[in-house]
Amino acid sequence: MSIEGWDITALGTGRALPVVTAPEPVLSRVGEPVDPTDPQIVALAADLVATMAVSPGCVGLAAPQVGVSVQLFAVDVTGHPKAATLHGAFVLANAVIVEASRWRPGREGCMSVPDLTGDVKRAGRIVVTGELPGSGRKVTITTDAFEARALQHEIDHCNGLLFLDKVSGAHAIYQRKVYL
Amino acid sequence: MTDVHGAELAVTVIGPDRTGIVADVAEALARLGANLTDSTMTRLRGHFAMTLICTAQASATEVEAALLPLSADGQLLVTVRDVGPDEPPHNGGLPYLLSVHGADRLGIVAAVTRVVADAGGNVTDLSTRLVGPLYLLVAEVDLPEGVPGELTKRLAHVADELGVEVNLRPAGADVL
Repeated sequence: MSIEGWDITALGTGRALPVVTAPEPVLSRVGEPVDPTDPQIVALAADLVATMAVSPGCVGLAAPQVGVSVQLFAVDVTGHPKAATLHGAFVLANAVIVEASRWRPGREGCMSVPDLTGDVKRAGRIVVTGELPGSGRKVTITTDAFEARALQHEIDHCNGLLFLDKVSGAHAIYQRKVYL
Repeated sequence: MTDVHGAELAVTVIGPDRTGIVADVAEALARLGANLTDSTMTRLRGHFAMTLICTAQASATEVEAALLPLSADGQLLVTVRDVGPDEPPHNGGLPYLLSVHGADRLGIVAAVTRVVADAGGNVTDLSTRLVGPLYLLVAEVDLPEGVPGELTKRLAHVADELGVEVNLRPAGADVL
């Protein structure tokens, strides 16, 4: 499945940026809405894609994770064994979840919290609206399974939330043992 | 790890549950400049149990003395001791979740964890609960590569002997 009107190559070539880690305050700030047609935002979108590409096992990256507190993130869960519906690699600005259902627990980690994992309940099916960087085109994405989890995780980042803010209990945080 | 905050101390506190135990202990430690690092604090039946590591310039004896008023009424048992800056042992394993449940009987934890240990598995977290006749054990276990298949068979065998259900599954997290 592809997103109508989306062409990742139109973003141009980005630079791989350093990923910040908690307790960096930018990770806890609500990101500013952006103009998706702003060339600086298009360049940042390309940087997110480039940074994701050089980070082993990375399936999503939000602007606050590279130190920029705005509503922009990249996702690509292609090839992940838990993925069902797939939209490939894409970047979304000002994304909002408009529908969420089929809540399920799952254990997740984060490049910005490298030493911990935690159990978080996420919707297994969501509808997200947002804007494509470059064209500014408004899109509605319906997805499920792992892509849905990844989108929720990245949208949380854009709103200043880490998985640590959503763990399912006092005993649901673990020392991470497997590094990619 | 020893750092600028001082040496590591292990503190345990246990006693009948009441409101304010955590606040009382944490305040006493903060007054001493002892920095609370990793801890678990939970209620076990009617008792509240705290196990924690803190870093402090103060000695174990000084910290114990500062916590003494808390145990004056004979309700809370407090211990403090120095612990080394050792890194936790790591068997290079992958994380698994082990759950066991069934009718309570003597020796479930002993039998199950012995099988895990004999396979080179390292328990990193474990809780048990007894509710009515039902006994439950949930553990996080690091298992060396190649071990889980054989261990599953051995656990099934022990579970049969104990008359309990056992389930071993990967606890790997997805990095997003």
